[in-house]
Amino acid sequence: MSGLEFRAAIRDALAEELERDPSVVFFGEDVAAAGGVFKATPDLFERFGPDRVFDTPISELALAGAAYGAAVTGLRPVFEVMFGDFMALAMDSLVNQAAKFWYISREQGTVPLVVRSAVGAGGRFGAIHSQTHGTWFQGIPGLKIAFPSSPAEAKGLLKGAIRDDNPVVFLEHKRLYSVTGPPPPAGEEVIALGRAAVTREGDDLTVVSVGKGVPDALAAADALAEEGTSVEVVDLRTLRPLDVPTVLESVAKTNRVLAVEEGPRTGGWATGLLGVVAEEGLHDLDDAWILATDETPIPYSPTLEDAFLPDAEAIAASVRARLGVAA
Amino acid sequence: MAGLPSAETVDTARTYLEAYGRMRLIREFETAMHRLFLRGEVHGTTHLYAGQEAVAVGVCMALEPGDYVAGTYRGHGHALAKGTPPEPLLAEMLGRVTGVCGGRAGSMNVIDLAHGLVGCYGIVGGSIAAALGAGFSAARQGRVSVAFFGDGASNQAYFHECLNMASVKRLPVVFVCENNLYAEFTPMADATAGADIAARAGAYAMPAATVDGNDLWAVRAAASDAVDRARAGEGPTLLECRTYRHYGHSKSDPATYRAEGELDRWRERDPLTLARDRLLAEGVTEHEVAAVEQATTAELEQAVENALAAPYPDPSTERATEYSP
Repeated sequence: MSGLEFRAAIRDALAEELERDPSVVFFGEDVAAAGGVFKATPDLFERFGPDRVFDTPISELALAGAAYGAAVTGLRPVFEVMFGDFMALAMDSLVNQAAKFWYISREQGTVPLVVRSAVGAGGRFGAIHSQTHGTWFQGIPGLKIAFPSSPAEAKGLLKGAIRDDNPVVFLEHKRLYSVTGPPPPAGEEVIALGRAAVTREGDDLTVVSVGKGVPDALAAADALAEEGTSVEVVDLRTLRPLDVPTVLESVAKTNRVLAVEEGPRTGGWATGLLGVVAEEGLHDLDDAWILATDETPIPYSPTLEDAFLPDAEAIAASVRARLGVAA
Repeated sequence: MAGLPSAETVDTARTYLEAYGRMRLIREFETAMHRLFLRGEVHGTTHLYAGQEAVAVGVCMALEPGDYVAGTYRGHGHALAKGTPPEPLLAEMLGRVTGVCGGRAGSMNVIDLAHGLVGCYGIVGGSIAAALGAGFSAARQGRVSVAFFGDGASNQAYFHECLNMASVKRLPVVFVCENNLYAEFTPMADATAGADIAARAGAYAMPAATVDGNDLWAVRAAASDAVDRARAGEGPTLLECRTYRHYGHSKSDPATYRAEGELDRWRERDPLTLARDRLLAEGVTEHEVAAVEQATTAELEQAVENALAAPYPDPSTERATEYSP
C-alpha cells in the first residue's frame, strides 16, 4: 500500500531534523545499530554516525538527565524511552529540572529536548508495558505533551517538537506504528505544538480525543453518519498546552461533547478538559460526558484487554445510548 | 620541587593567594547567610558550605571560564568558586529582584549560565546527571564538565548510571564527590557500604583519586590531572575529596549527632587556616594576605548592603511565561 507509514514518519522527521540542524542528537536503548524495537529509527545511525545517533545503557534516569544537561548547554537532544511505562524512571530530570529551568533561571536559557516513547494498550503487553503516561506529566508547567493520531501528524508534530525550545514529552501509540496514510499536507510539514485540529466536521455532537482515540472516533463517526447522527471530531494533538478554544468553538456549534480517553477517568485529561469546557462554555452545553477506561491496571488476556479499551464500536454505542437513538 | 604534581610548577603563589581570597569570600558569604537567616532575611532553608571551601575553589582553579559546573543544594561555594559575583548570589538568597535568578530560584536552585553554572540541584544526585549531559555538549565544544555532589549522592542511582555512561562514552566529565562524612543526618558508616567512594570508580573502568579535601593545593593538583585527561579526550575521572561541613545539614539541623570533639578536630584542619599558613610559608607576606582578606571583607559587606537594599519582585509587574517562545 502506498502512502506514509507511521513508523516511517517518525524516522523521516528525525532524519530531516538531524540533517537540517547539527545540534540535534538522537539516543536511547537499541535505537541506533538495531534501529529501535518498534523499527521506528532504522538507518539513522548509518547515515549520521555515532556522534549524532547512539545507543545507551539501560539507564532511563541517566538518559533523561543527560538530555536535560545537553539541552541547556547547546544541543537539541531527542531521546527514546522505549515504553512509556519506563518514564517512571526518567521523571526527576524532566519534572524537577527541565520543566522548571526556563522559569527559575529567569529565562537565562531554554531546554530544547524531546523524549519519545511507545504508549498505549491493545498489544497484549500487560499492565506495565501498555500505559499512556501523558497525564502523569500534564500537571507540570513548562512541559509540552504531543500525541499524534496519524502518520502525517506524527511527522509534523515530531518536527515541531524538535524545533520547539521547550521540553516535549512525545507519545507514539503502538497500534498506530503500522498505520499508513497520506503524507503531511502543504502547510503541515511542521506542526507547531499547542493547536488542536478539527479532523471531521459535524453538527450534532463533538467527540474530542487524541492519539489512537482519533481514528477510533472517526470510524465511529462514519458509522453514526449512516444512522443520521452528524459527529464533529476534534484531535487535541497536544495535552499540554491544551487547546481549549478550539474545543469551545466546536461545542458552541454542536452543544454536546464526548471526550474519549484511553486511560482512567480519575486524573485523566478528559476530566480536566470538560471542567474547563463547563467553566467557560456552560451556556453552549446541552450534554457532556466521558468515555474512559476502568480504574484498574490494564489487563493482559485478549478478551479482558479488548473489553477494557474504548474502541470505535464502544464510542458509537456510547453516543447512541446518550442521545437515545437506535443503531 | 621534584615529586610534586606538574600543576605545582606552573602555579605561582600569587594564584593561590587569589584562590585563598575566593575561599575567604565563600566563608564570609556563609557567615553572612547564617546571620541573615537568623534575622529572617533568608527564607525556607539553606545549606551552608563552610568547611568545604578548598574543594570548590581547588577544582575551579583547574577550569576555564567556559567549562561547565553542576552544583548541589549546598551550592553557594560552587557558584562563587565558578565566578558568580557575591551580590547577585546573595540577593537571590534574599529573594530580591536583583538576584542571579530574579528571586525565582532561591538558595538550593541557583543557575548562572553566564559563568558556566548549569544549575544547583535540590534533588540529591541531580548534579551528576546534569554534568553528564553537559559533558555531551562539552565534548563537542572542547570544554570540560564538572559535577559536585556529596557522599550521600554516591548511593543514588544517578551516581551509578551516570558514571557508567560517562565511562562508556568517554565523556570529558570530572565527578567530584565532597565526602563530608554525613548523608544529611546519617553518618557515612550507616549509609555507605565499603566506606570507599573512590573505589567505586574501578567498577566503571574510571580513574579515581582520594584527596585531602581541606588542602587547596592537593585538590587543585588532582583536579588539574582530571581536567587535563578530560580535555585530551581520555574520559571521566572520579575524585573523592574528604572534607567536613562546619554547620549541620541544613538550617533545621543543629547536628547533635556528631561525636563530641569531632567538629573541633576538623576545625584544627580548617582549609582556610591551612591555606593561609602555607601561603606565608611559601613567601607571601602577611601584608599581602591581609590586603586580600580586607578586600574580600569589603566586597562581601558591600554585597550584603546592596542586596538588602534591593527590592523584592513585584507580583503585579513580574513578567513570567510558562514557555520559551
